[in-house]
Amino acid sequence: MSRDESTELKHFQDRIDAEEKVEPKDWMPERYRQQLIRQISQHAHSEVIGMQPEGNWITRAPTLHRKSILLAKVQDEAGHGLYLYSAAETLGVSRQEMTDALHSGAAKYASIFNYPTLTWADIGAIGWLVDGAAIVNQISLQRTSFGPYARGMVRICREESFHQRQGYQIMMVLAAGSGEQKAMAQDALNRFWWPSLMMFGPHDAASAHSAQNMTWKIKRQTNDELRQKFVDQSVLQAEAIGLVLPDPDLKWNAARAHYDFGEIDWNEFQRSMTGGGPCSRQRIAHHKQADAEGEWVRAAVVAHDHKQAAQLSTSRG
Amino acid sequence: MTLSDLQLFEVFLRPRRGLDHKHVGSLHAQDPAQAIEYARDVYTRRGEGVSIWVVRSADIVASQEGDVEPFFDPLDDKPYRHALHYKLPNSVDSM
Repeated sequence: MSRDESTELKHFQDRIDAEEKVEPKDWMPERYRQQLIRQISQHAHSEVIGMQPEGNWITRAPTLHRKSILLAKVQDEAGHGLYLYSAAETLGVSRQEMTDALHSGAAKYASIFNYPTLTWADIGAIGWLVDGAAIVNQISLQRTSFGPYARGMVRICREESFHQRQGYQIMMVLAAGSGEQKAMAQDALNRFWWPSLMMFGPHDAASAHSAQNMTWKIKRQTNDELRQKFVDQSVLQAEAIGLVLPDPDLKWNAARAHYDFGEIDWNEFQRSMTGGGPCSRQRIAHHKQADAEGEWVRAAVVAHDHKQAAQLSTSRG
Repeated sequence: MTLSDLQLFEVFLRPRRGLDHKHVGSLHAQDPAQAIEYARDVYTRRGEGVSIWVVRSADIVASQEGDVEPFFDPLDDKPYRHALHYKLPNSVDSM
């Protein structure tokens, strides 16, 4: 490392330690830039791929009202993807590079979206738990050290409460319905609970990026801290509607003032992360197809642009 | 040279790190570099900003004031897009 670079690095870390944000044109270590591109693009891909399991139920929502709600929610997710891609682009990566990385499998997205949505109750479970887990993470990220990412999180968090509440309310109505409906809600909870806990990533001790990310304040709370927060709030929420979290080891620990909970099946986590989730291939194939089918729109926009420019130069002749 | 020979620039300041740039006003300058210097001289005399953006006013594409209602359509007929549309038990209402 040259003397200049070590001076820059010290200045950079001092700034972060003083709780100042890093902005796109500031000097930053290459690893900080790469780590942010990895994390923000992964976050963006999750918003976009996440539209698929929910979109699966738009045509089959039980009422017109539920259909309108789901449409509005999925539309928000597209917007969130855009905010995040834009934040990543300030770091010098292009949208095309990010899309290519998604298609090649080089970039990941939240593995929870590789699970299928089998029943209407799954839409409730996703809103309640998946959006709920995302909110816990995103509230913390509002304080991340990179300015554009932090500001994007503030915008996204404003819209997330609607997402979680609509999902929880689907579960609430089903849980108060017929025996069959309540069983459907419980079944969705059983299938989505553990994948939701996996959303927070590996244990701190096993996380490849955790320590550096905390020093650089890319992350403000560790995976395990955030996961605990999510468990604590979910217990109360499940109780309020008479559903049971599927974990025999779940119990209040007065000494810690937190709920203890069982161990995650990390083999399952690895499987779904590395493309072995039930719907992994389908999700990427669908994204590629949508991307290819939209190509003519992008081509038309460019053709229109050229035509306008040509007309302008002729009229100026 | 008269003022009309100069270009109009809009000036945006970031008051401090972490905040968005905010429009503060405009000024005339010969080119972008000069506009940045002028903006520093006239808009940040008392530490109002840590970063300046200038953009040629002619390059700004704006929505039309007269079209506000149909253009923005706040979708007030779709109250379900707001969190408080969903009535939840008190114990979990902070969600």
